[in-house]
Amino acid sequence: MTRHIRNLAASAVQAVGRTVDGAVKAGATRREMLVTSVAAGGALLVGCSMEDVMSAGSPVKPGAFGPFIRIDPDGAVTVISKHIEFGQGNHAGLAAIVAEELDADWARVRVEQAPANAKLYANLGMGVQGTGGSTAIANSWDQLRKAGAGARAMFVQAAANKWQVGAEGITVKDGLVSHAASGKSAGFGELLADAAKVTPPESPKLKDPKDFTLIGTPRVRRKDSVAKSNGTARFTQDVQEEGLLVAMVAHAPRFGGKVKSFDDAAARKVPGVVNVFKIPTGVAVVAKSTWAARQGRDALTVEWNEDKAEKRGSDVMLAQYKDIAAGKGGEDVKWTPFETHGDMASVTDGALFEATYDFPYLAHAAMEPMNCVARVNGNNARLTFGSQIPTVDQLNTAKIVGNLPGAVQIETLFAGGSFGRRANFQSDYVVECVHIAKKVGKGTPVKLVWTREDDMRAGLFRPMVHHDVKIRLDKDGFPASWRHRIVTQSIMKGSPMGTPKLDETAVEGALGSPYLKATPAVDGQVALPDAGVPVLWWRSVGATHTAFVMEHTIDQLALKAGKDPVDYRRALYQKADAKRHLAALDLALEKAGPTVAEGYTRGVAVHESFGSVVAEIAEVKIGPGGEPKVGRVVVAVDCGIAVSPDQIAAQMEGGVCYGLSAALYGQITLKDGAVQESNFDTYRVLRNSEAPTVETWIVPSNNAPSGVGEPGTPVIAPAVANALLAMGRPATTSLPMVKPA
Amino acid sequence: MAVSLDVNGKTVTVEAGEDTPLMWVLRDEIGLTGTKFGCGIAQCGACTVHLNGQPVRSCSLPVSAAVGAKVTTIEGLGGNHPAQQAWAKLDVPQCGYCQSGQIMSAAALLAENSAPTDEDIDAAMSGNICRCGTYQRIRAAIKEAAGIAKALPTAG
Repeated sequence: MTRHIRNLAASAVQAVGRTVDGAVKAGATRREMLVTSVAAGGALLVGCSMEDVMSAGSPVKPGAFGPFIRIDPDGAVTVISKHIEFGQGNHAGLAAIVAEELDADWARVRVEQAPANAKLYANLGMGVQGTGGSTAIANSWDQLRKAGAGARAMFVQAAANKWQVGAEGITVKDGLVSHAASGKSAGFGELLADAAKVTPPESPKLKDPKDFTLIGTPRVRRKDSVAKSNGTARFTQDVQEEGLLVAMVAHAPRFGGKVKSFDDAAARKVPGVVNVFKIPTGVAVVAKSTWAARQGRDALTVEWNEDKAEKRGSDVMLAQYKDIAAGKGGEDVKWTPFETHGDMASVTDGALFEATYDFPYLAHAAMEPMNCVARVNGNNARLTFGSQIPTVDQLNTAKIVGNLPGAVQIETLFAGGSFGRRANFQSDYVVECVHIAKKVGKGTPVKLVWTREDDMRAGLFRPMVHHDVKIRLDKDGFPASWRHRIVTQSIMKGSPMGTPKLDETAVEGALGSPYLKATPAVDGQVALPDAGVPVLWWRSVGATHTAFVMEHTIDQLALKAGKDPVDYRRALYQKADAKRHLAALDLALEKAGPTVAEGYTRGVAVHESFGSVVAEIAEVKIGPGGEPKVGRVVVAVDCGIAVSPDQIAAQMEGGVCYGLSAALYGQITLKDGAVQESNFDTYRVLRNSEAPTVETWIVPSNNAPSGVGEPGTPVIAPAVANALLAMGRPATTSLPMVKPA
Repeated sequence: MAVSLDVNGKTVTVEAGEDTPLMWVLRDEIGLTGTKFGCGIAQCGACTVHLNGQPVRSCSLPVSAAVGAKVTTIEGLGGNHPAQQAWAKLDVPQCGYCQSGQIMSAAALLAENSAPTDEDIDAAMSGNICRCGTYQRIRAAIKEAAGIAKALPTAG
């Protein structure tokens, strides 16, 4: 996702200077001279500079040790995280990077969430403040090492001055600064006042990774497990304050529907309901409690204008995708090449392999349905919620309240999962909350609560996708030519950065595949027809489908060639010089060992995403009701230097479960444009009894850290499909594997 | 109407309609926000509390059904319950949103079964969804908690 969002800040500033009728009032103050959006999804900013966009109104004043470190008089260290924690374990890793270079006492390190301030807390891979694309550790690596090492140098210098000794003889360990020769020592707390006065070094000396004592050890553990085991961890849903009102919104049953009229008489009679009004996305009911808001909304009668609504079913759209892939899509279909090399026309003989694959829309279905708390007083807005891309949420809020984005304050809380959902260009649920809070006004806190049904039917789904591959094999059974067509909806179309020439979110994973690199002639193209269903990235984005197509195709090719799928992969990796793929595959095989659990069959898959290569070996059998049952999964991951091995393992465990849930059961369907699934009774997800046991092994590496939040996810589906193939069952050509009854 | 409840050993009186789900009374009226809203239809288990020691989905239980019973929420578990210790020791939580409910289901299981097998755990825990996929650590933590409980001087 990072590279997809990278140009957002630049495009926001490029838009400066464009005028929008009515946006700039005569005599307006600079702060009022902002604002407004016209184009769909566009963030047009008028009359403000980059500086304004990024920092105006920011309440943050970094302390002596910079924006990421605060040290208390008792020596306790607080690491300020610019990244939201919604399960990925990044807070543990980020804190460990600082603690390592600072030589802090890990037991006395805590983590605090940074407020919205893109100037201080930008994701260095995005240019704006945001979490995504499995980049939290990767983009913070150098930054936080320097921050920790810089603070350490300040303590060392302060001690040297105080003790009148040379800095070179001073050591730091577990927050204790010592000088062996003089026998003097002092904790961070004792030296704090003096250290704060030392000028921070511009380029502090970083440790040689071989000298790490914390990073890469099992000591790097989560800092939030106690709070998340006793009910005190604070989520948006838990915000309670004096005068807080709760809002729910009646939404159109089809995407693109608008309110035509509504009758709120019954809703207003519900005790606790204080107001009912129309907002751009529906009819809002504001009440004194969540249950009153819910009852009030249930009592509404709304008539919808569906003239411009999407009324097609997902089956109709899929049929269209298939036609397009088969060349029957009509004149206006536009194909964009994503990978082409060699001479396709020269490969005319050899066995032909043909396959198509279908992938449904998917909901993220995070445990905490989308929600937000906003207070709007005139042009000022203050938000409290799980903000995944604060800068974008600031931009979208600023447009509504008429202020500079940097003046919008956001306190970010833990979020109950996201998997991509909380990072969207429209800030859909945030904007809805801000509209309501603006109407309520006077700075009254308003908590927007979506029910599970609201969340599941709000769209921003993983797009539906169709793949069509035609491969000619050479005399040894390896691909001589590879024709690949992908038909899906564009995630990036209409984004504030504009529509890219090639929407990589639709093709990544096929794009860059070692199998295509090893194939002499390749013709890979993508078509992105429009649909009225909002779509978005979903944990591992393009790889959710490309990994399946590439990895399951490889096993079918191996079968056709009469070769072992592991040997077949190895040969292609060698041809493509894919050393990291080979190493991950070999490690997974070694750790899986020769013995397969009785009654189970193994399937293998390997895929690179977000800079990391993951190999998975899944042991699968057919369980009760004919459903695939996955027992043991052995994962090998090359994610560069492993900061927190335990949290890397946790992400592999979670990624496998998230991917397996979609592979087995995940499916959003539309009937005449209306989403049919509404809750966990109709959108089945993986439960404890269906979850595998995942063993994680890390490929040793000296490379800088790469992602772990997403890369484990897309590999499990093809590993399971390949196990089914090895059992002699037919190839899996559509997901989910378990069709709803 | 005024409703009197026994929550975590204390009597509390709140104003609520009798069909209001217990979950919203606990969260919005009493301020015990450890009990989470996940689905509203007893499918995900995030709202699990104990009613006289039995795990129930408080999102689908009218508050009137809790009158006269002992309600225990995650806050009432005390913080040092063997399951809570095990959860923290094994770093079970990821996003953490479902974990109050997971722990309440696990605590109810452990109260009845001091040495649960995988099958026992499957049966007791399949009503609790975790989208982060912490299931295998939940299984391990329940076994760990059973061990911690055995080591406690008060354990039978």
